[in-house]
Amino acid sequence: MKRVKINKIIKFSNVDGPGNRMSIFFQGCNYNCLYCHNPETINICNNCALCVEGCPVGALKLVDSKVLWNEKVCIECDHCIELCDRNSTPKTQDVSIEELVEEIKKVSKFIRGITVSGGEATLYYEFITKLFVEVKKLGLTTFVDTNGGVDLSKERYRKFLEVTDKFMLDVKVWDGNTHKYLVENENKNVIKNLKFLGESGKLYEVRTVIVPKILDNMETVDKVSEIIGDINSKNKVENIMYKIIKYRKIGVRKEILKKELLNIETPTDEDLKEILEVLEKNRVEKFIII
Amino acid sequence: MREDVLNLIKNKHITFEQRVLGLAHVAENSIEVLEMTDYVRQYIEEGIICDLFEGNAPYRPRYILPDYNKFIKEGCKFLNITPPTDIWEAINNLLMFYKHVPSITTMPVYLGNIDYLLEEFVNKENEEEAYRAIKIFLKHIDTTITDSFCHANIGPRETLSGMLILKAMRELELPTPNLSLKYSEETTNKLAIESINTALVTAKPSFALDKMYRDDFDGNEYGIVSCYNGLEVGGGAHTLVRVRLGKLAKTSKSKVNFLEEVLPELAKEMLKYIDERIRFLTEESVFFKVNFLVEEEFIKKEKFTGLFGMVGLAECVNHLMELEKIEGRFGESQIANELGMEIVKLLTKIIKNHRCKYFVEDRKHLLHSQVGIDTDEGESPGCRIPIGEEPEIFDHIVQSSPFHKYFASGIGDIYAFDETYKKNPQAILDIIKGSFNMGLRFFSMYGSDCDVVRVTGYLVKKSEMEKLDTGKVVLRDTTNLGKGARDNGRALERKLRK
Repeated sequence: MKRVKINKIIKFSNVDGPGNRMSIFFQGCNYNCLYCHNPETINICNNCALCVEGCPVGALKLVDSKVLWNEKVCIECDHCIELCDRNSTPKTQDVSIEELVEEIKKVSKFIRGITVSGGEATLYYEFITKLFVEVKKLGLTTFVDTNGGVDLSKERYRKFLEVTDKFMLDVKVWDGNTHKYLVENENKNVIKNLKFLGESGKLYEVRTVIVPKILDNMETVDKVSEIIGDINSKNKVENIMYKIIKYRKIGVRKEILKKELLNIETPTDEDLKEILEVLEKNRVEKFIII
Repeated sequence: MREDVLNLIKNKHITFEQRVLGLAHVAENSIEVLEMTDYVRQYIEEGIICDLFEGNAPYRPRYILPDYNKFIKEGCKFLNITPPTDIWEAINNLLMFYKHVPSITTMPVYLGNIDYLLEEFVNKENEEEAYRAIKIFLKHIDTTITDSFCHANIGPRETLSGMLILKAMRELELPTPNLSLKYSEETTNKLAIESINTALVTAKPSFALDKMYRDDFDGNEYGIVSCYNGLEVGGGAHTLVRVRLGKLAKTSKSKVNFLEEVLPELAKEMLKYIDERIRFLTEESVFFKVNFLVEEEFIKKEKFTGLFGMVGLAECVNHLMELEKIEGRFGESQIANELGMEIVKLLTKIIKNHRCKYFVEDRKHLLHSQVGIDTDEGESPGCRIPIGEEPEIFDHIVQSSPFHKYFASGIGDIYAFDETYKKNPQAILDIIKGSFNMGLRFFSMYGSDCDVVRVTGYLVKKSEMEKLDTGKVVLRDTTNLGKGARDNGRALERKLRK
């Protein structure tokens, strides 16, 4: 894989791992979460051109049956994303490792590391492995933000794990059936990765989005924090952080807000009280609620 | 004059202290003693040259940086103060001394490296008592020095007193004193993070790159004073006169005309005016002849300089670009940024070549990127990109950092960070380190939810401005200035860094 599609680069991010980091978002995901707040990153554009005519400034063109996006002309109104009927975007760029390294070099004095995210970054593990080898040469740390959908303990990921300093893993729901409903995929690998990455000292952070009413948040937080607490108690290095994220409507698909997530609101501090108690019970001292 | 006096006496919106100072100002301005060319007179009237209301007959230097180390060690004969023996005496001595340090505002603009000054009297055993003393010290300063152009410094070394000062500032959330952390390799991560956490609550301290200032002042002790002016300790600045570059540019016919005639002529005239103010202050006024600060050598005339201020570089460049019919604006276009740099370099050269006859040897005036005043409509502070046009933070830093080396005596941008940074202050430290690496010398920040905010350089409480909005009297004159900058300069609408 010489070139891959990325959705965007955030030069300075303060929410994707320790310190200031450059975050690279890859396009394409193996999940389709109900509450996804950037659903346009799920699929790769199939050049259907539905968006082209809708662009108010002519930043999109169909050339040789391919949709081309002119970043310079684009006013970022996101109308193209609204028009897209397959959870994608024409606003991606194809990049090579060399090009990304050049971008990273520009800000390398300002950041302590790179975080790859998505979409789902692990789908591009071969590309990222090569990228991280170069990133390490710049003295920067390497983090991967993942939904844990692929089994990272498999041999094919060995080199990828070697060059990745830490993972940040989403554990969305504990119950397998609810997980299937929520993301259209099972969670066997996620739980496996939680234990595997945790025990091998590769886990920086675990994240769970708290969605009132439709998910059994208590069960998920209880089970996950039990595992984190257990690993932390044996761990000699850095403790794993548990990030509890309150569900928010921002970015969520309008049709889902009208249907499955109708009347689902951001949990209040009161809603999270019991969750805090569970974290304490399971000896998770390092946590953030956002 | 009669009318001015009566207006001050009848003004319902000012404190007693502001009334007295206002009356003194009217008295000073009732005489004309400075020699002025027609050029300067005309440009002052038009608001192109502006001495920031320093007054017609300078009788004290604008900024004074007494050697407080000497005071703590030796006390002061004139004030009959002996060296302190504990934390209470130390803060009391300093508070007494501060009342006798004048400046253009009549109140001190520099309070010293307060952590180092107090460190000797703070230890693990008396930590609780020392914390109480420091809180009282800071509260006293805020209430009696009623003007936030008053600046204390801490660092670069981590001290217990420094940590207590930061803790107290977070707790008190007061605008005065302003604070800067001198940042060097000696600064611990703990002190830096504690400073950022404090700035996200109460908009201070700013970070000052110690090495750069030290090099600029030939290794001599320096202080960050007033808004962000770097000056030598034991000295200061006699005066600060500034040019509104945006307005000046409008008098020129072309870019070449501006660079070759308009700007050099202005600089020459303004330098003459700065020298004239210094002549009167040092030769006719008696401050340097009779004041105890001079007599006991807390300050030395030889260590003073004059400040050549400039404001509105962005508007100047944008106007010249329009004259030349070239597209692009300062901050975003490379051609515009390069033109800005050319202007700054030209001024630097003119100032370096100017010899002030009231200075000893090769002492020079210093260039100052002035933050503007409340009435500056349509003129951005110093070399800053206009509010509303700021690029992403990385591009912003890359754009602004090349200017910093030309301004030993003051330049800096302010970054507003959203609350997510409170959970990851290390990210801000990474940005500061990267900025310093790029050549930035001074970095200010505040949290989007702070009550205390940095307006242009000084600090103001938003809640106090709201009080002023309702017509109530407020303690600090800087709140008035802040309100003006908020209303005329959109000073509180700067881009939020998420």
